[in-house]
Amino acid sequence: MIPANFNYHKASSVSEAIALSQELGEEAKYMSGGHSLLPMMKLRFATPEHIIDISKIDGLSYIKEEGDMLKIGALTTQTEMEHNALLKEKYPILGDAIWLTADPSVRNVGTIGGNIAHGDAANDQPALMLAMRATVVAEGADGTKSIPIDDFFHGFYMTALEPSDVLVEIQIPKAKKGSGGAYHKVERKVGDYATAGVAVYVELDVDGVCQEIGIGLTNVSAVPMRLERGEALLRGQKITDELISEVGQVASEDCEPESDLRGSEAYKRSIVNTITKRMLNKALERARQ
Amino acid sequence: MAKHTITMTINGESVSAEVDSRLLLVHFIRENLDLTGTHIGCDTSNCGACTILLDGKSIKSCTYLAVRADGAAITTIEGLAAEGTNHPLQQAFHDQHGLHCGFCTPGMILRSVDLLKNNPNPTEEEIRWGISGNLCRCTGYNNIVKSVQQAAKEMQNQSESV
Amino acid sequence: MFKCKTSAEVGGMGHSVKRKEDARFLHGKGNYVDDVKLPGQLTMVMVRSPYAYAKIKSINKEKALAIPGVLAVITGEDLAQYNLHWMPTLLSDTQMVLPTDTVMHQSQEVCAVIATDRYIAVDGAEAVEVDYEPMQAIVDPFKALDSDAPLLRPDKEGQEDNQIYHWERGDRAKTDEVIANADVVVKERIYLPRIHVASIETCGCVASYDKDTQKLLVYLTTQAPHAIRTVVALVAGHVGLSEEKIRIISPDIGGGFGGKVPVYPAYVVAIAATFLIGKPVKWIEDRSENLVNGFARDYHMDCELAATKEGKIQAFKVSTLADHGYTDSSANPSKYPTGMFSICTGSYDYEHAFAELDAVYTNKAPGGVAYRCSFRVTEAVHAIERMVDKLAAKIEKDPALLRLENFIKKEQFPYDSPLGWSYDSGDYEATLKKAMDMIGYDNYKQEQAEKRAQGKLMGIGICTFTEVVGAGPSKDFDILGIAMFDSAEIRVHPTGKALARFGTKSQGQGHETTYAQILAEELGIPYTDIEIDEGDTDTAPYGLGTYASRSTPTAGAAAAIAARKLKDKGKKIAAYLLEVSEEDIEWEVGKYFVKGAPEKSKTIQDVAFAAYTNIPPGMEPGFEATHYYDPPNLTFPNGAYICVVEVEQETGAIDVKRFVAIDDCGNIINPMIVEGQVHGGLTQGIAPAMYEGIEYDDEGNVLNGTLMDYLVPTAVESPHWETGHTITPSPHHPLGAKGVAESPTVGAPPAIANAIIDALAPLGIKHLDIPITPAKVWEAIQAHK
Ligand SMILES: Cc1cc2nc3c(=O)[nH]c(=O)nc-3n(C[C@H](O)[C@H](O)[C@H](O)COP(=O)(O)OP(=O)(O)OC[C@H]3O[C@@H](n4cnc5c(N)ncnc54)[C@H](O)[C@@H]3O)c2cc1C
Ligand code: FES
Ligand code: FES
Repeated sequence: MIPANFNYHKASSVSEAIALSQELGEEAKYMSGGHSLLPMMKLRFATPEHIIDISKIDGLSYIKEEGDMLKIGALTTQTEMEHNALLKEKYPILGDAIWLTADPSVRNVGTIGGNIAHGDAANDQPALMLAMRATVVAEGADGTKSIPIDDFFHGFYMTALEPSDVLVEIQIPKAKKGSGGAYHKVERKVGDYATAGVAVYVELDVDGVCQEIGIGLTNVSAVPMRLERGEALLRGQKITDELISEVGQVASEDCEPESDLRGSEAYKRSIVNTITKRMLNKALERARQ
Repeated sequence: MAKHTITMTINGESVSAEVDSRLLLVHFIRENLDLTGTHIGCDTSNCGACTILLDGKSIKSCTYLAVRADGAAITTIEGLAAEGTNHPLQQAFHDQHGLHCGFCTPGMILRSVDLLKNNPNPTEEEIRWGISGNLCRCTGYNNIVKSVQQAAKEMQNQSESV
Repeated sequence: MFKCKTSAEVGGMGHSVKRKEDARFLHGKGNYVDDVKLPGQLTMVMVRSPYAYAKIKSINKEKALAIPGVLAVITGEDLAQYNLHWMPTLLSDTQMVLPTDTVMHQSQEVCAVIATDRYIAVDGAEAVEVDYEPMQAIVDPFKALDSDAPLLRPDKEGQEDNQIYHWERGDRAKTDEVIANADVVVKERIYLPRIHVASIETCGCVASYDKDTQKLLVYLTTQAPHAIRTVVALVAGHVGLSEEKIRIISPDIGGGFGGKVPVYPAYVVAIAATFLIGKPVKWIEDRSENLVNGFARDYHMDCELAATKEGKIQAFKVSTLADHGYTDSSANPSKYPTGMFSICTGSYDYEHAFAELDAVYTNKAPGGVAYRCSFRVTEAVHAIERMVDKLAAKIEKDPALLRLENFIKKEQFPYDSPLGWSYDSGDYEATLKKAMDMIGYDNYKQEQAEKRAQGKLMGIGICTFTEVVGAGPSKDFDILGIAMFDSAEIRVHPTGKALARFGTKSQGQGHETTYAQILAEELGIPYTDIEIDEGDTDTAPYGLGTYASRSTPTAGAAAAIAARKLKDKGKKIAAYLLEVSEEDIEWEVGKYFVKGAPEKSKTIQDVAFAAYTNIPPGMEPGFEATHYYDPPNLTFPNGAYICVVEVEQETGAIDVKRFVAIDDCGNIINPMIVEGQVHGGLTQGIAPAMYEGIEYDDEGNVLNGTLMDYLVPTAVESPHWETGHTITPSPHHPLGAKGVAESPTVGAPPAIANAIIDALAPLGIKHLDIPITPAKVWEAIQAHK
């Protein structure tokens, strides 16, 4: 399996990348890890005329807390996130997801920016970003923009990014005391894309009342999906087992899976119900620690 | 189509070449450099037979453009240990019967190098997850796990005695 | 237990010596087909059909030929000029090399593009324009037999419907009668789905024809190089490729498992291409081509098992529908179109059985390979072992006890089975009891009772199988008429080191080590002093190759007997050197000595040297021997496997907690290698049991033709296997060995299926076909609510 011909260009800075992209037009694609794009090119599902390699741009690989934000540079690889002490300590939800993403060699190359920019509901990061209410920071021809994650995913492989926009950073509200998150997906075997996945991020006040809640679903809709009805049920409430059951039920009703090799629609709805409940419990446990 | 001149270190030696944009690193290694220990087992980045070390990290060279390896240091199975010697992992795969047909073996070993670098003393479960991007159809994995365990011990002994 | 006769240095039977072949693989110096690079070599890529059934209206080569570097596009019409567009299959059917008018399955070869390199060849294949007229494919094998089904093979004279053949064994009337009158009868339709061997190396070849010498050299991923040479000569003899001009080299093989026995059309096209162009042509299959072409299993089996109410088995009947795709290219011995399926009566002692099978054509890829099993034994064992468990469930008897009560007893061997096999040896009771002890069967039974009381789903599954391997006695077994013997040729050099060549071909089984150990055992020459060579038809003796666990039973036996011939000759030389008569010479591993005077001795090395330097008058010089071994019977390895699982009711998730495999493969040559073979086979057993199966849609499109969706287990899915042995030597094999590599692939799927179904029994679930996935379990649970 071999990709169709294209021209390779290397960008050494974000501005050079943008300039190249503008010059080469719509048939140019950015490549960071290339672990979503190149497999599609090998199968000739994607045939871009130009590839602009942005992986060598300095300064886009970092994980830090700054102000009230956790900031992750777009080129940070999944392996770097896996081994990062800050994430391990304060954001275990990211570790949950990365451990279940692809395999270690893929994670050595695949980037968080690419995982999100790909706009694929089968990828694991989008649901997390929804749950954690991330903001996507991109630079384009007309400067820097911050895109709330809820405005980011537009359709199958379609996002709010203009062709020449470079996703540079992910911003996530800093973990507060009393917050916790968890992610799990059911997969047919290790390294598989999700049959269904659920990310939950919850913030409790001292009385254990839910101040903020985010629930994102993986691979059960055409576009990465937020479970709005479930969130509304929990926000401002003391979370009980009954409520958790109810949200699980709501999740199974609101998700939009299709029957395929991974299982029937009914099976997937049932899985979403189960994982939603389990991840709510796990996130709560972490929040209470 | 555009040609690119690339330079990289392969197994400690510097090589330069002109390559097409679309040339995959695995083909560059196998066909341009005749290092055929790196294998191809799939089209979808699933099998890991093509695993090499790029700047010390295991990657699937079938899913990497040769031109992007410009400036990198690459280790393939041929360069893991000096001629006539064994890396502890090579020795362990031999001792523990961690290979049958040998087709997955170079990839398994290079992946395990990276695994042990990040986790010098892995549990059986961590080893199994750590090599989950590398398929073996022959061994049933029991002895591969044992091989990695033996190598982990040996490498720890070595580093303690240094 | 087996006692080693040789020292560890000599490394004869029973020693876990390290493998001699490892070094090259560990250092990246293996030589697989894709590593071969001949001067001027071209690359071939196949254009394949997107449709399962279509007329080809036209093939336009122009755009492809316009690409610089594309040298040729070869179509069926081109081959038809040489009458090379069809070839015979191993079972006397016919298969297209390239089609002239119709494609019969998705991904069938349509034409070939030859170019100067891989990248250009792929572009060329993309540029070929083929105009198809799709037709309604027959995907369901049951519909293939409908009276209004279109005739798929009108090209075959006398073929009036889509049935390929009907086969049967046993006494139908008597079996029906016993079943009709039995206290208890259990029935089930069991499907063993289409799967693929999915060796990590795909198939491929490098064909090189030299116009001056008129010699054809082919490097080929084949498990049977000699047979392939003969087939090529039969297919292409009329264009001048006669057998002495053909050399097949099977280099290092990255896993075979039966998938590298058939002759794939692209091999023939590559040979035609080099013949026409005069330059070497390489073809390497990509993974999707690999997964979508060729298959194993695909048997729909209607089973009935009859017993007394106490659980004494009385009769077994199985009627099978076999989906062969558009041609019957099963790699079976000629007289056994269904392979050894009639081993389906299993490890139990009863009198009446009947098995029948109808094979049909559909619009699917041909194949029917013996995937790590001796020709349809996996299907047979699955049928009987599932049915025995069903019987146990029905009469509420412990499945272990039911088996123990029905086993063929140790004293009954050799045992004539109801469908005509003569089982050589076994101690089924000891083997099952060993497995039960090792896993702690009674404790698990108790734990299961407790868990069930708490509403938890836990299952224990047993499989006690009997295999039949080592084809075979040549009076019964042949492939394309060639008797299924195998061969060994030993040359001991003057310095006492040896070279031995075989008609088989290792694909990871470790022949370079185990054959050397057999010779070390027989001759006392250290295994490290013996080189093993296989796979080159110009140098190796003729043999039928390595599949169906036949290497140890046949070539291993040939090695032992050839070595014994040498030993006899050596005895004469020793007598001469020691100046005594031959009757006064005795042998102990590695040396001859004078009876009663052990200090007077000559080593095998002394004798070898003398064979070239100081031979007795009148004796032929040299120290070489060859043997072609024609086994008197097959061997019958057996085993007892026990699996414990837990199933989560809410999600259907399955957790394999333990798996114990006790194998009886007779005497063991290298315990380390045998254990490794068992591990590997077990993972290839859990694969179809829980993960793998080729899926088709109604149009005949394969839905999971990549390793993304064809779920080969990783180290995480593969449990930590626990293994052990009992040893009942084969009475008729010169080494008492039986062959092992396939038992686990055969035995594991029913053990796992039985365990999962046992776990689900409290919910009223009585059967599930493999692969049993969490999704399937979940659906079954819903259906039983
Ligand atoms: C075998 C295999 C299994 C996998 N399994 C999983 C899995 O289970 N879960 C999962 O989540 N992922 C999985 N992946 C995908 C993997 O995580 C990818 O690496 C990741 O999704 C994409 O990251 P990348 O850096 O490789 O992106 P690329 O492939 O480089 O890019 C993906 C897309 O995003 C665009 N893009 C990339 N970076 C930017 C940027 N900074 N700005 C703007 N646009 C950009 C590209 O143009 C392209 O369209 C798997 C991949 C493989 C090969
Ligand atoms: S060849 Fe399979 S992952 Fe690279
Ligand atoms: S040893 Fe054959 S694939 Fe691993």
